Amino acid sequence: MRKILSKVGLVVALLIMVVSLGACSSTSGSKRDVLKDDKQSNTITWGVKADTKLFGLMDVKDNQIKGFEVDLAKAMTKEILGKKGKARFIQVTSQTRMPLLANGNIDAIMATMTITPQRAEQVDFSRSYFDAGQAILVKDGSPIKNVRDLNRKGAVVLGVVGSNSVQNIKKFAPKARVLQLSDYSQALTALKSGQGDALTTDNGILYGMSIENPGYSVVGGTFTKEPYGIATAKGQRPFHNAINHALTKVENSGEYNKLIYKWFHNVKGFDMKGAER
Amino acid sequence: MISIFQNYGGELLTGLGQTLLCSIIALIFALIIGSAFAIMETMPNKFARVVARVYIEVFRNIPLLVITMFFYVVIPMYIVKISGFASGTVGLTLYSSAFIAETVRSGIQSVDPGQMEGARSTGLSYWQSMRYIILPQAFRYVIPPLGNQFINLVKNSSVLAFVAGFDLMYQANVIASDSLQSMSTYMCVGVLYLILTLPLSYYMRHLEKKLA
Repeated sequence: MRKILSKVGLVVALLIMVVSLGACSSTSGSKRDVLKDDKQSNTITWGVKADTKLFGLMDVKDNQIKGFEVDLAKAMTKEILGKKGKARFIQVTSQTRMPLLANGNIDAIMATMTITPQRAEQVDFSRSYFDAGQAILVKDGSPIKNVRDLNRKGAVVLGVVGSNSVQNIKKFAPKARVLQLSDYSQALTALKSGQGDALTTDNGILYGMSIENPGYSVVGGTFTKEPYGIATAKGQRPFHNAINHALTKVENSGEYNKLIYKWFHNVKGFDMKGAER
Repeated sequence: MISIFQNYGGELLTGLGQTLLCSIIALIFALIIGSAFAIMETMPNKFARVVARVYIEVFRNIPLLVITMFFYVVIPMYIVKISGFASGTVGLTLYSSAFIAETVRSGIQSVDPGQMEGARSTGLSYWQSMRYIILPQAFRYVIPPLGNQFINLVKNSSVLAFVAGFDLMYQANVIASDSLQSMSTYMCVGVLYLILTLPLSYYMRHLEKKLA
């Protein structure tokens, strides 16, 4: 009897430990003023993608993340902190960006993150800085021409965990099976090895993949609207306003259009006029 | 945490089922393959020893994720189409079998060589002595380290998450990104893994007491 009791006691103790750990996580919100801290350190820490061609991609030659979002973040940092302001970049994934923002490791997320009402309950979004739309990428010669062709039993669609494109595809092709992989390069590898019929995510990201991988193309156009926003932690009003203000300035000065041209002018099928501001 | 169980009960249950299924398949096959290679490694035949050595060193020293990705990416390209679940389970089986082989080998070698000589001198063949004299003693010695390997195997099944195998870890990633409550989701999943591994570790302990 005593043995059984001690065993039960051990299990209960373990459970209590786990539950109490879970409870303390919800109270650890930071009370600091991000804008003030950033002005003091003269640095803004941005969470950006490092696996996404055109938006944020790690260049293995010099270990720098390069892309449209990185350049835009640099321009906005200069607007917020002045000419000498420094932008620091931390690479995030769709899964890690929200926790990293919540615990204060990054000040803002600019990582191809679509503004959705559900996410807006957890973070504050800036105005949209890029209007993407969801599309599909297939191997050339594939019988799949648009998203409706995927709506049949046995079709397999590849996506990335944590992106809302996997939620959308369930609405547009409810009969297809959706496999969620950990990042875009994994998903593309899976597409190439024939684990799925199509890869779905925002068109901007897919264009980047089709440039790098001849033999794969974006088909069928976009079927959703995906405005990308810059996310900041809840309760950081001054920082949130500074970001919106900086975005307007960058757009008005023409720098935004320069960056759009720099990154997208040689992308086949990209609507330059529609993207310029 | 409770809200996660309420809202995503179905997903968690599927995940638990897939993890359990993968673990059971991998456990059975890893034990069979591992024991076979352990016997090969202790055989007088030099060729068999070399083959076993190479197998064990290859699969013991390559990360599980690499083995699994090989089956997920390379095999479907050239040989046969296999799903994420299958490639994960095969990878886990091969990886674990190498460790189990080393464990069982140490058990076989800890049986006094005099036992084998004695068994052979009574007229038993090599295989008969192995089967009736050596192996029963060897397995009794290695129950505690074998229990460790089994628990590791269950936890390592989380490699399925990387190849979309719909296991517990995969569901955890999906739920965490959907509910945006990463902390409590991973807590839930931690508890579910405990539910799988605690009985296993108690059972191994019980077995150890009964047999030793």
